[in-house]
Amino acid sequence: MSLLTALIALGTLALIFGAVLGYAAIRFKVESDPLVEQIDDVLPQTQCGQCGYPGCRPYAEAIANGDDINKCPPGGEATIRKLADLMGVEAKPLNEAQTENVKRVAYIREDECIGCTKCIQACPVDAIVGASKLMHTVLADECTGCDLCVAPCPVDCIDMIPVATTPERWKWDLAAIPVRMVE
Amino acid sequence: MPGLFQQIQAGKLWDFHGGIHPPGRKEQTNQKPIAVLPIPDRLYLPLRQHIGVAGQLLVRVGERVLKGQQLTSAENSMAVPVHAPTSGTVLSITPHTSPHPSALPELTLVLEPDGLDEWRQREPLNFLTCDNMTLLSRIQDSGIAGMGGAGFPTHIKAGLTQPVDYLIINAVECEPYISADDLLMQEAATTIVKGIDILCRLLNPKAVLIGIEDDKPIAAAAMMAACSQREHYYVRLVPTKYPSGGEKQLIQLLTNKEVPNGRRPADIGIVMQNVGTAFAIAQAVLDDHPLLSRIVTVAGDTLNQPQNVLALLGTPVSALLDACGFQSQPQQRVIMGGPMMGFTLPDLSVPVVKTTNCILAPTAQELPAASTEMDCIRCSACADACPASLLPQQLLWYSKAKDSDKLQEYNLADCIECGACAYVCPSEIPLVQYYRVAKADIREQQREALKAEQAKARFETRNARLEQEKQERLQRNQQLAAARQQQQLASGANTAVADALARIKAKQAQAAPAEERSKEQILAERELKKQQAREHQQQKAEQQKAQQQATEQHSEPTEQTATTATTNSKAAAVAAAIARAQAKKAAQAAEQDATEQQLTPAPNTEKSPQAEVSTEADPRKAAIAAAIARAKAKQQAQTEHETGAVPATASTANKPAAGSDVVTAAEDPRKAAVAAALARAKAKKQANAEATEQTAASTPVTPEPDAVVTEDPRKAAITAALARAKARKQADSENS
Repeated sequence: MSLLTALIALGTLALIFGAVLGYAAIRFKVESDPLVEQIDDVLPQTQCGQCGYPGCRPYAEAIANGDDINKCPPGGEATIRKLADLMGVEAKPLNEAQTENVKRVAYIREDECIGCTKCIQACPVDAIVGASKLMHTVLADECTGCDLCVAPCPVDCIDMIPVATTPERWKWDLAAIPVRMVE
Repeated sequence: MPGLFQQIQAGKLWDFHGGIHPPGRKEQTNQKPIAVLPIPDRLYLPLRQHIGVAGQLLVRVGERVLKGQQLTSAENSMAVPVHAPTSGTVLSITPHTSPHPSALPELTLVLEPDGLDEWRQREPLNFLTCDNMTLLSRIQDSGIAGMGGAGFPTHIKAGLTQPVDYLIINAVECEPYISADDLLMQEAATTIVKGIDILCRLLNPKAVLIGIEDDKPIAAAAMMAACSQREHYYVRLVPTKYPSGGEKQLIQLLTNKEVPNGRRPADIGIVMQNVGTAFAIAQAVLDDHPLLSRIVTVAGDTLNQPQNVLALLGTPVSALLDACGFQSQPQQRVIMGGPMMGFTLPDLSVPVVKTTNCILAPTAQELPAASTEMDCIRCSACADACPASLLPQQLLWYSKAKDSDKLQEYNLADCIECGACAYVCPSEIPLVQYYRVAKADIREQQREALKAEQAKARFETRNARLEQEKQERLQRNQQLAAARQQQQLASGANTAVADALARIKAKQAQAAPAEERSKEQILAERELKKQQAREHQQQKAEQQKAQQQATEQHSEPTEQTATTATTNSKAAAVAAAIARAQAKKAAQAAEQDATEQQLTPAPNTEKSPQAEVSTEADPRKAAIAAAIARAKAKQQAQTEHETGAVPATASTANKPAAGSDVVTAAEDPRKAAVAAALARAKAKKQANAEATEQTAASTPVTPEPDAVVTEDPRKAAITAALARAKARKQADSENS
């Protein structure tokens, strides 16, 4: 008798929870793939295409579908580590063909610019301003350093310049500033 | 239980967690008067000396500036201007080593003083009569930023619109060596209190709490004396402990309130100002004396005369040290700021700025260099000392592991970088340095994340824009095309292009019907050819029929003679011949029917011959006609069945059918065509059959079918088929 009671009780519970879960699955259904969103948030959004995909989101989708996580040079090791945590895979070193670059921004040598607007069309984040036959310039704050404007320039007047460290961006150097103590 | 305000009024003090008691060493300087430094040869004025953004430059290289003249403008609310500390000429505006731990070069204006110290026009304000906005803009224009060390723009703190309960004046000065505020209070307590009055005017607090450490009795006495006329000003002596001068710590000490994580004191109704800031405000408002100089403690055992000096902003550190009798030692370190929170200077050309309160030039014995870092022994002394109640050990692990999520979880942002943990650490781990690095990393990450978000937004906006442009272009092109068409329709071919287009169109139009016509012609031709072919075939079939009849007449003379003998007329003979021919045809059809039945077990005998016809109908052109014919024949056969005129013999059945065919042929050309097709098909079949029969002529089986046909068409068919198969076999064997 007690066995029967237990079976009935457990069975009822199972049914109730099943119904609740089933309802929740429908009621709280997530439309988009949250994994892609999470991966996209981790990626540096330079939209440089160095991973072989046309932008960060397509690469995020590719990772979600099982692509390698070590194809993002602008993100570097930190991004790979985060992606490894997120995807539950082992962190790999950056793809050999790709080198991790220091943070750089594009700079147009303005007296050499012929105003062809080709770099403007190439820029994925609209960080280059200018007009046809007029000098162009890069909005350094908006530049993601993706290199995409360098190749289209017919006169090779675009340089990628490393971002200078400012006191705000400076990271404390443990070796240079040892702590001083009062005896 | 009295309320908080009553407790504060009663002089109650609270305590904060942790803290350390390092040796004060303030006696080096706190008994000496403030020395006024001579004007140096060069003044190095960084354009940004506070937290926030630099103002816009107002002067050019080579320009002569007067004392107190604004060198930069402050359009931004987070910007405060920089003023010329004395009259002179702008030598250059170039990057120069900044008074920052990084010592990175920052844009600095180099001023060459002319020694005249000539003031600009000064307009003192009466703070009792002017409005708050004027006061605030005066504070901002005078370049006042927090002088305790952080350098937060004062006008923002003083211009708060939220109600303020307590204004706390920070005169704790807890770090060892430093006595700048102490001396300022000793010498200028009255001016400080005037500055506090101005702040009260702006903020309207319930009470003003002036926190002074109890190791500054002279300063405290001076302040009490100056405040004696103000009933809601309370001077509070707090016990000497480091870091009670920290903003959050002093708030807790004086009011027992804790600033929530990630909030500012203003959120709990408290504003804190440094005592030096109050002095600067008083000077700026009452004397129109902008922030041009500040009191700096110059201390350390390498100095002959450690003292507090009033130094112009921009004075190089070397000038301060020289004025105090600096005796440089080997591996001499000079520290800007206190021994706890200061930083070592890379060279002595670094200038004094608004936040510089101390220059320390200690001997190696006085302040030994850090020895080797050892492993953490988990003694938890750091946790006991931490004034922010953090867990320094955990933070150390996570800092080393660069785990920014965990660091944030353990509230690294609440660390005030006071250095108490590093001071107490028996393993001499420079804990605070690890936290500084981690904090910088986190800040950088946050900046990157923000930038990434912006880049993403820009990228998405750009894509959306490109898509929209594409759609618009498409729409525009469509509209233009439509408009052009309309124009052409309306005004004909006006322009040359339209002319050309019209011509092309016309050409196309001409070409198209021609093609169509040609198609039609082709169709017609095909039809014609088909017709011709059909006629030709019909003729052929007729010819064959005639031949057949002829052969039949020859091959069956006995029968013929029997019939002709009875009728004895030519017409009768012909009719008989036709009848016979048809009978034979029917017999042959039955024969074929039988073979068909062998191949396909179709029960309908009437249907099968027609199917046979279709399969055997070789000429393709006739296929369709034959199909129609079959359908017709089937219909006919069915009607025959239905009418009950079930033919007893194949010949009788075929006879009326043929007759009706002939009759209808005259009436309906279609039916005639069908009949013709049938006839053709049958003729062909017959021809084929004849050929086979001829090959098997030698066998005696061949005449049999004719006889059996009359009895039962089915049985006849089967036997015929058997016979045929035998004949074929025989033929095959003969052939082989």
